[in-house]
Amino acid sequence: MKLTLNIWRQASTASAGEMKTYQVEASPDMSFLEMLDVLNEELNEKGEEPVAFDSDCREGICGMCGLMINGEPHGPERTTTCQLHMRSFADGDTITIEPWRSTAFPVLKDLCVDRGAFDRIIQSGGYISVNTGAAPDAHATPVPKDNADRAFDAATCIGCGACVAACPNGSATLFLGAKVTHLGELPQGQAERWSRVVDMVGQHDHEGFGGCTNIGECVAACPKEIPLDVISQLNSDLRTAIRKGH
Amino acid sequence: MTDMPDTTTTAPESATAPAEFADDAAGYYTPGDPIRDTKAPSGPLDERWNTRQFEARIANPANRRRLSVIVVGTGLAGASAAATLGEAGYVVKSFCYQDSPRRAHSIAAQGGINAAKNYKGDGDSVYRLFYDTIKGGDYRSRESNVYRLAQVSTNIIDQCVAQGVPFAREYGGLLDNRSFGGVQVSRTFYARGQTGQQLLIGAYQALERQVAAGTVRCYTRHEMVELIVVDGRARGIIVRDMVTGEIETYFADVVVLASGGYGNVFFLSTNAMGCNVTATWRAHRKGAYMANPCFTQIHPTCIPVTGHHQSKLTLMSESLRNDGRIWVPKKKADCTKDPRDIAEEDRDYYLERIYPAFGNLVPRDIASRQAKNMCDEGRGVGPEVEGVRRGVYLDFADAIERLGREAIEEKYGNLFDMYARITGEDPYSVPMRIYPAVHYVMGGLWVDYDLQTTIPGLFVIGEANFSDHGANRLGASALMQGLADGYFVLSNTIRDYLADGPFDRIADDDPAVVEAQTAVQSRIDHFMSNTGTRSVDSYHRELGNIMWEYCGMERTEDGLRKAIDLIRTLRDDFWRNVKVLGSAESLNQSLERAGRVADFLELGELMCIDALNRRESCGGHFRAESQTEEGEALRRDEQYSYVAAWEWAGPDDPPVLHKEDLVYEFVEMKARSYK
Repeated sequence: MKLTLNIWRQASTASAGEMKTYQVEASPDMSFLEMLDVLNEELNEKGEEPVAFDSDCREGICGMCGLMINGEPHGPERTTTCQLHMRSFADGDTITIEPWRSTAFPVLKDLCVDRGAFDRIIQSGGYISVNTGAAPDAHATPVPKDNADRAFDAATCIGCGACVAACPNGSATLFLGAKVTHLGELPQGQAERWSRVVDMVGQHDHEGFGGCTNIGECVAACPKEIPLDVISQLNSDLRTAIRKGH
Repeated sequence: MTDMPDTTTTAPESATAPAEFADDAAGYYTPGDPIRDTKAPSGPLDERWNTRQFEARIANPANRRRLSVIVVGTGLAGASAAATLGEAGYVVKSFCYQDSPRRAHSIAAQGGINAAKNYKGDGDSVYRLFYDTIKGGDYRSRESNVYRLAQVSTNIIDQCVAQGVPFAREYGGLLDNRSFGGVQVSRTFYARGQTGQQLLIGAYQALERQVAAGTVRCYTRHEMVELIVVDGRARGIIVRDMVTGEIETYFADVVVLASGGYGNVFFLSTNAMGCNVTATWRAHRKGAYMANPCFTQIHPTCIPVTGHHQSKLTLMSESLRNDGRIWVPKKKADCTKDPRDIAEEDRDYYLERIYPAFGNLVPRDIASRQAKNMCDEGRGVGPEVEGVRRGVYLDFADAIERLGREAIEEKYGNLFDMYARITGEDPYSVPMRIYPAVHYVMGGLWVDYDLQTTIPGLFVIGEANFSDHGANRLGASALMQGLADGYFVLSNTIRDYLADGPFDRIADDDPAVVEAQTAVQSRIDHFMSNTGTRSVDSYHRELGNIMWEYCGMERTEDGLRKAIDLIRTLRDDFWRNVKVLGSAESLNQSLERAGRVADFLELGELMCIDALNRRESCGGHFRAESQTEEGEALRRDEQYSYVAAWEWAGPDDPPVLHKEDLVYEFVEMKARSYK
């Protein structure tokens, strides 16, 4: 299949970027990133610098990859960019490829962005404080299966940032809600539950992410299908925390 | 290094093999003195770890603020170690090449984590986990290390639960277990098919908590490119800031490598794109021995290669073999037919035929080798890639008929979805196609019981070391070992070394530092100024083909010799003809890969020499010259029950082989049989 690619090229954070057009031949069996590998080999051959893009595990779990493809985070299928295959496109298609667009995710080069803000949000409270060796026996506290399952569903977030890229407000509340729900569903997470939500929301705002207006674009873009109700949980926990004086 | 470091002592006995036995690798290596792990206490097996913990000195808590530790890598081993050392009060610097510590490749582990909790009351115990691991490793690991691993396995589960890892639970709220990989008890804890992810998120959160506390500083998108050794001690690393291209030097009292395995030497593997050997290989070149580098685990159930563009392979959980039946057509002419049109009598369920007792559940190495044999015979299925069809069917038709589609969906739904997404085929109606792929390496840097290498002050944990899995790793044991090392072992052994610190401050212009910096810079300058014609990836791919062909599932004397020649020629061409565009002073992914491939090209040769030297078949290492009449692996304990620890002797000299004899005091060595 012959494709036309419009790709965002930007030398560094400080420099201005622009769209450039390339032609590439791909096969339907290729993953989207393998198609970009092919393009890069050709660019290298021609003496043009290859397109920088992030990827690591290429099996949909590390969260390192993430491209805006024709205006949709991770493209037309509900999966990560690395698990998107070219059979989702047709011969002769034009595909526009951009980095995540968000003030809080500055572009480093071409399609690579800095998502360090997510790490700093976790640092602000996205953990349970237990030192190594200080844990009681794993069976000391049973966890009802429903809570454990809900905690797991929220914990499957891969931190890719598609939710932020999808949101018209550039909000990361789906990411926040996923962590607050994961830890808040477990008995082990109760001690810090109220301070956690206040601190994490504070850091989120400080990083320059926008406010949530419950549009739900984030959920439609999330490759791990994190449900919208984690945002309700976040808001509920935040209200409780404020009432409790945190 | 010409002198033995003070962490090991020389044993008196001769290291030469019996005269009637061929020394295949003669000429490719120099025999060295035997080595011995002197840190493992003697005495009863179950008291050794207690003894060592008691005897290892403790750095005074007030002093720890003045003791610094560098940890390279943030997978299960690295993140858990950095967090634990931070909690203990040391000053920790943590490095990873990814944009966040949470992305390390431990995250991709699916199946689970073993622990001898015996929550099922099915007769599990520390001793049984120890025994299974020793046997599974085909008697090529150390008893003391493996016993310790089994002992601390139970603490890992406690720790992870306390951190909020959402393991699968039963309706009563207690933890669920499943069985795994041919053992007879249910000791595997899991979080659906994403256990690695959940454990890594737990360790990552513990790490970020320490960042917030100020005990750990994280350097993301920083790649270690050199080790600094001053006065015989590991004292720091040189890293490249992958965004700015700046070369930076960091000093510490001790350096810990948790940089994972080197399966990407095969180009195609289930490893992440960035997984590499550079951190450990640079340490090897500075004097750390590399142990059993040829021990590679090839996983039987991966999605086959579809074409030349392939960048990586994806594993499908081994659990599929519980219900799927593996077969190929009996007649070559049927290989291109729709499998559903091939009559029952024309199918060869070859594992069930050859191994009636274990059938489709034979260990990983056997299932992998037989799949290769079928395809080599010309009975493989799926697309033809470079003249051969490399795939066998994994068929669920019988299971769906017996249990119903719903039951299969319940058990394997996410795996079937993943398969459908990648291949575009529906595995509920058409048999899956699978083929083996490189998945894990048991080899790695040699460490003693304290996890310290032959360079004092350099410790290695997780997949990057060689210590616990022998010649074959059991399922659900990689996560166990990574976290055992990081949470519970390293913090207790490293303190003995640090009790002598803080060590002297190192001057920025120390000759060892300047030399290391110069070496790094000149390597980068070479890549940037070389006027070559071939891309880095093309070299990597070619190296991978050589390794897979000659140092993969089946190895022969002739093949390995040929591979060594091919690699040497390729390496020579790489340095003359590689082409790297762009600038070194910015984000440059070709430059990053060039450094990694340069190191893979040296490692590949050592792997072949190691495989050539070991003229026996054990675990994942199958030498065609060492098999039974029925074609099964034949271990040769009299000649090869040792760890092959290789010392770098310079770019133009053959490596030096040091042998560490494996002594079995508690377990009797037996031949594995799965017939």
